[in-house]
Amino acid sequence: MSAISFQSVSKRYASPRGPAGATFMALDNVQLDIEEGEFFGLLGPNGAGKTTMINILAGLTRATSGHVTVLGSDVQSDYAKARRKLGIVPQELVFDPFFNVREALRFQSGYFGIAKNEAWIDELLDSLGLADKAGANMRQLSGGMKRRMLVAQALVHKPPVIVLDEPTAGVDVVLRQTLWHFVSKLNKQGHTVLLTTHYLEEAEALCGRIAMLKTGRIVALDRTSALLKAASGNVLRFKTEGVLPPALAARARVTGTVVQLPAHNALEIEQYLAAVRESGLVVEDVEMRKADLEDVFIDIMSKAAAPNSIEQATP
Amino acid sequence: MMTGWRTLLYKEVLRFWKVGFQTVAAPVLTAMLYLLIFGHVLEDHVKVYDSIRYTAFLVPGLVMMSVLQNAFANSSSSLIQSKIMGNLVFLLLTPLSHWSWFVAYVGSSIVRGLVVGTGVLLAAVWFTPLGFAAPLWIIVFAVLGAALMGALGLIAGLWAEKFDQLAAFQNFVIVPMTFLSGVFYSIHSLPAFWQNASHLNPFFYMTDGFRYGFFGVSDTSPWLSLGIVASALATVSVLAIHLLRTGYKIRS
Repeated sequence: MSAISFQSVSKRYASPRGPAGATFMALDNVQLDIEEGEFFGLLGPNGAGKTTMINILAGLTRATSGHVTVLGSDVQSDYAKARRKLGIVPQELVFDPFFNVREALRFQSGYFGIAKNEAWIDELLDSLGLADKAGANMRQLSGGMKRRMLVAQALVHKPPVIVLDEPTAGVDVVLRQTLWHFVSKLNKQGHTVLLTTHYLEEAEALCGRIAMLKTGRIVALDRTSALLKAASGNVLRFKTEGVLPPALAARARVTGTVVQLPAHNALEIEQYLAAVRESGLVVEDVEMRKADLEDVFIDIMSKAAAPNSIEQATP
Repeated sequence: MMTGWRTLLYKEVLRFWKVGFQTVAAPVLTAMLYLLIFGHVLEDHVKVYDSIRYTAFLVPGLVMMSVLQNAFANSSSSLIQSKIMGNLVFLLLTPLSHWSWFVAYVGSSIVRGLVVGTGVLLAAVWFTPLGFAAPLWIIVFAVLGAALMGALGLIAGLWAEKFDQLAAFQNFVIVPMTFLSGVFYSIHSLPAFWQNASHLNPFFYMTDGFRYGFFGVSDTSPWLSLGIVASALATVSVLAIHLLRTGYKIRS
């Protein structure tokens, strides 16, 4: 049985732009199965539909068509069972200012029908470095602590499936390490983890399998190692203050003065260097490196054609 | 699931209790000011029922007004705050059914209404002696009235997207209807047209039935009032439960 299954899921919103009656396709026939025990990454640029997918999974949004199940329970028709199996860490840093950390965790446990949960609450607080804040009002917590609290609240009912929606956005290095250590431990214990993130090095390090989403469609779905293997292989990287010749500019990823070019073979590298020489460009710090997930991501995103996302409503 | 709705009910009660100065003490003080000022000014000028002093007549009205307004404020302000702060998501992610939401939000509104109402009553009996002719009616109308307003607050809280929309609902609907429900006067003292208009205001029946419990006299039969208040509660509850079930403005 799949831990999470999206079966032909589409979501259509009324379009904020365009003529009246126009709709916007946020998700277009998404088919995805995540197996039990996987650490799965869902990647895509802003507006690709990642959060829409998670909201449908969570029951916050209803799919226009298709079905979503969590360990076999439909998120709409059997929502109570589905939500018991699901722990979601929301993207927004939200909290209830009326209560302290321990109260919030006790309430969250109670909503899931767990009357006495102190041992697990203490373990969560310890693991997430919040033990000394148990009596502090939510308002007094720093941003990082509030983020950890979101994780604790998502896990009070020990859900077998954990969803983290950009959990490390704006979070410092130490907290990220703590968080990944904890989540990896849960994954090793058998919890399924679905992660969305913009930090591709995190996805590369943690996720066994990755799906890439663009304008509501899955454009890549494979094992992380296979995605990396299928990519260019190497990248030629150098720094320059000058203007790149058009032949190179079309293929280059430029960050400030750093230029990176995908290189499939030795001939291609030679051609790049020849183009640099002919243009008289002054370059320094020339080096070769292995392609990483970011290169794969950019490559896939640039190749995947954008569908016509604004559609007229049929009268 | 017993634990689920009981937790939410407890949380909602604790929420207002933690800011009790604002949610309990302040409305009690407001009601006392009404009692002192109106009681002082009108005591010797207005005679409502033959054997009842005006100040005594005023107390049940003020108690009921406090019960109704605070029951409404509890569910509506809790919901709109959670929506605007974004922390409603913690509830939306749980397996709690729409029945659990309804029972917890309306239940906590009843508790707040009764706590404030009791506070006003205890403070008022210092100033004026009161009879308790039919105590059961007092309890029945207080609980039904608070439940009706809690359910109405739930609907308003779901509907409103901003605090000012909620404030408008409160200032233009709830406050006028409570003030015009016969809190300060017997509707028999009104011209015929306004007497008839008052009979269309469901708030009138809540106040009138409640007052019957104290004096054993009222403008209309307490049984009629009971029937109308119970029907209004049923109607509003059906709507509130429907909105919760369909996720009106909280699930897209």
